[in-house]
Amino acid sequence: MAQGTIKHPGINLGTHHRHAHDKAETVVFGFWVFLMSDLIIFGLMFANYITQLPGTAGGPGPKDLFTLGSAFTQTMILLASSVTFGMASLALKYERGKGALLGWLAVTLLLGAIFLGLELRDFSDMFSKGAYPSRSGFLSGFFGLVPLHGLHVTSGIIWGLVLMMQIVTLGLTTPVKTRLLRFGLFWHFLDVVWIGIFSVVYLGGLA
Amino acid sequence: MSDRETEYRRELRSYLTGLALALILTLIPFGVVAWAGWSTGAALWLIAAFALAQIVVHFRFFLHIDLSQQKREDLQLILFTVLLLAIMAAGTIWIMANLYTRMM
Repeated sequence: MAQGTIKHPGINLGTHHRHAHDKAETVVFGFWVFLMSDLIIFGLMFANYITQLPGTAGGPGPKDLFTLGSAFTQTMILLASSVTFGMASLALKYERGKGALLGWLAVTLLLGAIFLGLELRDFSDMFSKGAYPSRSGFLSGFFGLVPLHGLHVTSGIIWGLVLMMQIVTLGLTTPVKTRLLRFGLFWHFLDVVWIGIFSVVYLGGLA
Repeated sequence: MSDRETEYRRELRSYLTGLALALILTLIPFGVVAWAGWSTGAALWLIAAFALAQIVVHFRFFLHIDLSQQKREDLQLILFTVLLLAIMAAGTIWIMANLYTRMM
């Protein structure tokens, strides 16, 4: 295959980007180790949420608080942002020009911001129904898990904006390219965690 | 260059395949919960199965990790993480559920 060997998770730039491709192996693997430790944190937050499910303490439960439509919209938006990031990765790998790369990144981050906006609107609806984190064990579990994902998305958006500025000011140097590879892993990883959230929290809560 | 163009189209198709599969695997469980009126138990099994399938799809098409690649450490790291999670998360749920039933 023209691409040479596969060195790390995520899209591999291939021998065409020889220097960045060589550099990527160690830094991307290191970031992958971090993501797996992050997965442990999310996994334990899921476990905590599930053990707290019966603990509504007479307060509102999943069926009073969650709406399927909103969860579905957020799922679609995050999935779309994962694919648009894929387009950005391809623009980087196949050198479709900085404009294409920046454009796809901008669309990705915009979708991330819309996702966050919808999530915050859901939280404020929950607050208006008296569903605060301190209301019950169930709500503590919920607000430990779902906003943790939201915080990750927030930091992802900030990271993405910084990278876009670096693409403009520094150009597509080797460090910028490998940062984009790591950011890609982070973004796709967040969508994987979201599969768990919509399945366990929203679909599981409304089933 | 045309070689690279073919490669580009192949990878683009791979992302779009991932999108199509992810859409199917999302729409069916949402549809079942919204309209099918299954029993909670049956719906939960379906949701779990489709979630696992979608996670595999994301790993394969978006994170580019599968069984055929040369670099096996990444997959082994995932499997090790899953093992740790199985012990810690499943263990937590098991113990707490057991405690909950005994307290009732």
